[in-house]
Amino acid sequence: MNAPGGSLLVAEGLRKAYGPTMALDGAEFSIHPGEVVAVMGPSGSGKSTLLHCLAGIVTPDSGSIMYDGQDLATMSDAQRSRLRRSDFGFVFQFGQLVPELTCVENVALPLRLNGAPRKQAERTALEWMQRLEVDDLGRKRPGEVSGGQGQRVAVARSLVTDPRVLFADEPTGALDSLNGERVMELLTEAARSANAAVVLVTHEARVAAYSDREIVVRDGKSRDMERVI
Amino acid sequence: MSIGHTLLGLLESGPRHGYDLKRAFDEKFGHDRPLHYGQVYSTMSRLLKNGLVEVDGIESGGGPERKRYAITDAGITDVEQWLATPEKPEPYLQSTLYTKIVLALLTHRDAADILDTQRAEHLRSMRILTDRKRRGDLADQLICDHALFHLEADLRWLELAAARLDKLKAAVHT
Repeated sequence: MNAPGGSLLVAEGLRKAYGPTMALDGAEFSIHPGEVVAVMGPSGSGKSTLLHCLAGIVTPDSGSIMYDGQDLATMSDAQRSRLRRSDFGFVFQFGQLVPELTCVENVALPLRLNGAPRKQAERTALEWMQRLEVDDLGRKRPGEVSGGQGQRVAVARSLVTDPRVLFADEPTGALDSLNGERVMELLTEAARSANAAVVLVTHEARVAAYSDREIVVRDGKSRDMERVI
Repeated sequence: MSIGHTLLGLLESGPRHGYDLKRAFDEKFGHDRPLHYGQVYSTMSRLLKNGLVEVDGIESGGGPERKRYAITDAGITDVEQWLATPEKPEPYLQSTLYTKIVLALLTHRDAADILDTQRAEHLRSMRILTDRKRRGDLADQLICDHALFHLEADLRWLELAAARLDKLKAAVHT
């Protein structure tokens, strides 16, 4: 594959099987800093497996993933975990906030895990909550806020460590269209202003319309539509 | 969109010259396609002939004569009827795409390619609309949303068609 120059994350020839099922069958991917790339495709096409491989959560059976010039396959588990904490951010469809913690504690959590003092971590957390327009919910617990608000809190948490890549797997899947669009607007604005790349897995075209380009995954194979048209 | 009805509707708030009508139309509805003067004047002469508008006054200055148009009672009734009548949902795009897919399958070309390319084209339009929505006011947002939902409906059809290509292939070759 001729990866475009300056790519931050590049995958080539990814293969991953779960038993007899081939989830990825030669998938390719590349993303630049500050770029939003939608990964689209029908259910079961391999979208989420691709995201999990790119994020170093799942190890592919073969193929390579280069992040900022480093080969993920040559890293130890501990190194990959460190990379996920320092350079990657994650947003999922639901169930990601710790119910016992307040919203600001949830957002500050990644910083606390990286060793930041509580006050400093919560100050940074509040700044991000402000950008996501949920700073007034700081003292509430996840159970006391709406789905749309909770998702914005989760987006704030995913960006609080200034990740270079944000992995978002159906981030608006559990929201109505108005809330979903607001989350996408704020997510892409915040990520672009921080120059973070966003890998956005979605099956919704309206969500994908917030991206710069799309990759289509079908039967474990990926297709970069920018290079097709 | 019916230009005649839209111009009539614009006249309901008070008489206007052709030029003012064009400007009001472009400002409110002509985001992508501003009206040509010729369209305004030909539409107005048709409305005049049908008794839906009348000439409210003629100004003659240094240039050509400028007619001022006013809506008639019949015109108001016409607008009311138009507003109350639902638009016919037209499956305009699907028929063309369906033809293309079937032709591709019949000639052993890659029909999935056609669908992928169409999806990318749709998404390109959706990105432009999404961007316009983000920068625009509430009117822009509502207009763009309408277009976005239509494009999304087409895309859902594309996905469904893509999922059924194998069945369709078997059907067209029998």
